[in-house]
Amino acid sequence: MSGPSTYEPKTGVERWLDQRLPIVRLGWDSFVDFPTPRNLNYWYTFGGILTVCLMIQIVTGIVLAMHYVPHIDYAFASVERIDRDVNFGWLLRNIHANGASMFFLAVYLHMLRGLYYGSYKAPRELLWILGVVIYLLMMAAAFLGYVLPWGQMSYWGAMVITNLFGALPLIGTPITEWLWGGFSVGNATLNRFFSLHYLIPFLIAGIVGLHVWALHVPGNNNPTGLSIKTKADTLPFHPYYTVKDGFAIIVFMIIFAFFVFYWPDALGHADNYIEANALVTPAHIVPEWYLLPFYAILRAVPDKLGGVILMFGAIGVLFILPWLDTSKVRSMRYRPLGRWFFVFFVIACLGLGWCGAELPDNKVPVLGAIGLNFLWLGRILTLYYFAYFLVILPLLGFIEKPTQRPASIEESVLGKGKSDASASAAPAE
Amino acid sequence: MTDVNSNPETGGEEPSRRDFLYIASVGAVGVGGALTLWPFIDQMNPAADTLALSTTEVNLSALEEGAEITVMFRERPHFVRRRTAQEISEAAEVEVSRLPDQLARNANLEDSAPATDANRSTLSAGVDEGVEVDEALRSAMLVTSANCTHLGCVPTEGAGDYDAWFCPCHGSHYDTAGRIRRGPAPENLPIPPMTFISATTLRLG
Ligand code: HEM
Ligand code: FES
Repeated sequence: MSGPSTYEPKTGVERWLDQRLPIVRLGWDSFVDFPTPRNLNYWYTFGGILTVCLMIQIVTGIVLAMHYVPHIDYAFASVERIDRDVNFGWLLRNIHANGASMFFLAVYLHMLRGLYYGSYKAPRELLWILGVVIYLLMMAAAFLGYVLPWGQMSYWGAMVITNLFGALPLIGTPITEWLWGGFSVGNATLNRFFSLHYLIPFLIAGIVGLHVWALHVPGNNNPTGLSIKTKADTLPFHPYYTVKDGFAIIVFMIIFAFFVFYWPDALGHADNYIEANALVTPAHIVPEWYLLPFYAILRAVPDKLGGVILMFGAIGVLFILPWLDTSKVRSMRYRPLGRWFFVFFVIACLGLGWCGAELPDNKVPVLGAIGLNFLWLGRILTLYYFAYFLVILPLLGFIEKPTQRPASIEESVLGKGKSDASASAAPAE
Repeated sequence: MTDVNSNPETGGEEPSRRDFLYIASVGAVGVGGALTLWPFIDQMNPAADTLALSTTEVNLSALEEGAEITVMFRERPHFVRRRTAQEISEAAEVEVSRLPDQLARNANLEDSAPATDANRSTLSAGVDEGVEVDEALRSAMLVTSANCTHLGCVPTEGAGDYDAWFCPCHGSHYDTAGRIRRGPAPENLPIPPMTFISATTLRLG
């Protein structure tokens, strides 16, 4: 893709195919001989991990759909049946339910990696935006999927989220009734949520294709943020990164398996094992952990419409990030101030997640002594979240003096003077 | 792209017949496309059978003072409460101008009706011809949607600042007339269309 293709069909069959559908060539140029910066660390393995996560969700989802019944009278019982009676149903459901959490864990690390190393900056703006689109679709898929087991959290989560659209002036009620297909969350809602839950992962797969395409035009960014200058800055993707990604995937799968086999309900909520009941709201509704920060932002504003706008704005701001960051330097490695603001940003996101899990009026441990409750902590952290993108990154580019950067990727790995070492003699790290 | 304007006939100045054909066909495709899209959007709206399920009858004779039941009407839970004399007077004493939402939100009244206690109780309900309903019963009965006007949770009975309804989800306090008094909910609990079809039977819808 970048540079001329090095694929040489060896057999007659390969030549025949290559002249008609050069698919092997595409694979070869993208994943075998693709020139990759030689200094990629383990934060760069999450792309491969995410691809595996998506495949796992699709495969387990398709088989779950063979047993699941999208009807309010049967959905809950059919999921219980999957857990108890269907052969290996417990395993498939545990993989799918925990797989969603693992998927989000990986995507958050993948995104923070991009934020730290400046991977959203030119020439990778579209690559970043496609990533944000994937993230939005993932949130939609996970929300819709969580409704399917038709437990109390499913039902009331669906109620609260669909009612968010009711905040829109004038069109609020028509839109919510259109989403529900009725006067409230009901059978029509569950049925269409199942249809859309089945669809979205395939949309994601399509956009992942565009995402990888957009990646392979400029090539990978890397921890130094420097652009590739010579061939000595790169290694062929295979075997260096196929092996590195493979190793990371195995480690990730071990963590995944730990949850699936030993702690399958740790990340879920006990109330979802109570069947949906339109007459009783659970005392404490919380979304899945990966959506908690947005829930905290929603609650930070006393006004219904304002909360909704802010919550969507928190994702919207990611779309324009490439044009908000004014720094000439990509990687935070060489940004002495930016690095600290980034660290606080990560803390703010974790803190928002904590606020989303607690009742707003509860006092924050320790800081509660000065009267700080989770509502106000959430407000402060929300302010920082937006300030990071809208004030700090735009201004920092003018104020900050970046530190000395190495002359090239090669120098950053091998040190000065050794830069004549040939690519093949150096291992991947 | 060929510049359709630069043909010898018009010299690139006047729009040609070809321009007209282009614009007309693109327009037709656009309108046709939008028309085709509509069935795919509208199918998601409530279906005819859903719209047809729209009345519920409530028997009030079994309700004692201070008792409350929850009934389903148009797929939504509704509170049906026979209020005590104290609850009624507490709600009636409040000046409408002090309420966060000053509109009755009552389907039986005009949109601009103020949120007085009388406009919230079943005094506002229709009465079928020939039916006599006890005045005290009508002012004691309160029927409202049981979905919080914030994000739809079902508030808890007998809780909150007004010992009436308190929504645990994000902390909205409603008074004994189902009016929002404190918290993020923007509106009073809405009141469905209702008619007395006998002295003790109320039909919703
Ligand atoms: C982006 C990929 C996907 C994500 C993030 C995702 C997420 C989820 C989540 C969070 C649940 C609720 C799990 C629970 O608490 O039980 C769920 C359930 C379900 N999903 Fe998915 N899913 C994905 C892909 C798919 C696909 C491709 C299918 C089918 C073709 C599918 C079919 C189902 C079914 C049938 C259920 C209900 C059974 C159950 O609750 O375990 N999912 N999904
Ligand atoms: S849903 Fe009742 S306060 Fe939010």
